[in-house]
Amino acid sequence: MSIILNHISKRFGNFTALNDINLEIPEGELVALLGPSGCGKTTLLRIIAGLERADSGQVLLKGEDKTHKDIRERGIGFVFQHYALFRHMTVFENIAFGLRVKPRKLRPNEAEIHKKVHALLELVQLDWLHNRYPDQLSGGQRQRIALARALAVEPEVLLLDEPFGALDASVRKDLRLWLRHLHENLNVTSIFVTHDQEEAMEVANRVVVFNHGNLEQQGTPSEIYDNPANEFVSRFIGDTNVISLGHHNTEWLKLSGLVITPDASNSVHIRPHDLDIIKSNTDSAATATLKDWQHLGALIRIELAKKGVNGSPEIIYAQMPNEQFKRLQLSKGDRVDLHIRHAHWFDAA
Amino acid sequence: MNKTNILPGFKPALGFTLLYLALVVLIPLSTLLFKTLAPDSLLTWQGYLDIIGNERVQAAFRVSFLAALLAAAIALVLGFVIAWTLVRYSLPAKRFFDAIIDLPFALPTAVAGIVLASLYAPNGLIGKPLTELGFKVAFTPAGIVVALIFIGLPFVVRTIEPVLQELDTSMEEAASSMGASRWQIFQRIIFPNVFPAALTGFAMAFARGVGEYGSVIFIAGNMPYVSEIVPLLIITKLEQYDYAGATALALTMLLVSFALLLTINVVQMLLRRRTSETLAPLAPVVAITP
Repeated sequence: MSIILNHISKRFGNFTALNDINLEIPEGELVALLGPSGCGKTTLLRIIAGLERADSGQVLLKGEDKTHKDIRERGIGFVFQHYALFRHMTVFENIAFGLRVKPRKLRPNEAEIHKKVHALLELVQLDWLHNRYPDQLSGGQRQRIALARALAVEPEVLLLDEPFGALDASVRKDLRLWLRHLHENLNVTSIFVTHDQEEAMEVANRVVVFNHGNLEQQGTPSEIYDNPANEFVSRFIGDTNVISLGHHNTEWLKLSGLVITPDASNSVHIRPHDLDIIKSNTDSAATATLKDWQHLGALIRIELAKKGVNGSPEIIYAQMPNEQFKRLQLSKGDRVDLHIRHAHWFDAA
Repeated sequence: MNKTNILPGFKPALGFTLLYLALVVLIPLSTLLFKTLAPDSLLTWQGYLDIIGNERVQAAFRVSFLAALLAAAIALVLGFVIAWTLVRYSLPAKRFFDAIIDLPFALPTAVAGIVLASLYAPNGLIGKPLTELGFKVAFTPAGIVVALIFIGLPFVVRTIEPVLQELDTSMEEAASSMGASRWQIFQRIIFPNVFPAALTGFAMAFARGVGEYGSVIFIAGNMPYVSEIVPLLIITKLEQYDYAGATALALTMLLVSFALLLTINVVQMLLRRRTSETLAPLAPVVAITP
């Protein structure tokens, strides 16, 4: 089911939670709403669900205006950050809940409920837990049960609020991929909220970036990573070196192979992996000193000190594969030349 | 007891608890029992049966327990609504209302009784319109129920309130996202979660109501067979130096109250086992407080 949001705004007192959001989500997508905490992403999710009312704007689900419809009439499934499982019911009864509260005419009989609940438990691979209570489950198990419960009513949209937020790192990693594969099988339009850019890039096929209630950019993960629309997105997604454009630095950038065409920008953003390192003996303005390096598994992160504005050192980071770094045979304090392969800059606001 | 327990002070704490329980609760109550059962007791088995079998006494028991049960049930409904309002809505003078709830705890019960009696008397502020409508409250069993609701209400509010505060509203949101109506959410989500606490509040209001004396005697009218409560009968017997009679009534009251509260506790224990989680304190055991 496609989702269209038209000019959604929401304020809480003096605080602008959402500022004129326009967004279109095609059917079957898995979309991440990404942003730092307090940026309005959860509020937007709750407005789509009908748990919160927008001050102005429209919510269209499948082309129908549902702005003033109750959550019950929207055909959505909602998974809460802290699961919101019914603690006084077994896992089975939790999942069966949505079926049992249907109007009598639409309510499936006991055998059908039984079949459906066990099918969902199979789907989330937790059939053996059907008669446990939520308090007896681990975080990851609870989250999967919450998902199965939301799916029981066959929602046309699945909304997940920080679905991995309360889980520990290793469980989170597993569940991310699991969710992505589940989405491939079910193909139900899904939106999840996260503040973790890595999670958004890994799981979603579209990412929408928010900041301070504004929609900053939307696109596929690679679009957003390779062509950030503005400074905020560039800083928020992935690592980046921010070089401010004083006279000194423009000279340095030129020597490092980067010529800035419009000089409207105040700063240049360079991804660590877009920075090549060449061993050097000369003392040109483009040289930097190798300070330290850290192993990040397959990659090495290199800390470089270059001369800053008034002679004080400025730290920039470079990244390269392990093997490549070994071949350079560098040691601490070595002087290196830098070559910038790619960078972006933005018109000054 | 595990010797490596990191929490210190188990023995002094247990000792203190036992001593306190013994001095304040167990010794007085068991004295009542032993005095009655002792061989030199004034009370013989036959005498006991005669006293309890007395029609006026039986009527008083009926009045006491039925009024307390009815009042506790009404206080439960009212108390739930009040607790719900205080927890879920932001009211202007919320703190003020919240403080007022506890007033019946602090007010001397006799004062409450006199005020209620004058309000509900046939010429009183509330009593007058009620009388015109054909309801007589003061000096009837209905008056007893009114007084006991007044006394029992804070117990219900104070036990339900914290549970409602803890209740995760996202459970209700989840239920409505799955299509549950408001009534279904109350019935299937809120009620089962609040029930153990509500039962505790009910039991406390009931226990307090059965033993209540001060506030009731002013509004009840104290007509034998109609609106006479057991604590009053006990006092009456004491004033007539009929210690055996008073003891017999007190003992019976103790046993019936204990049995009722034990039942409530067992129900709660069964409920708790289902969720393996502590939701509410156990119901109290009554003592009569004339």
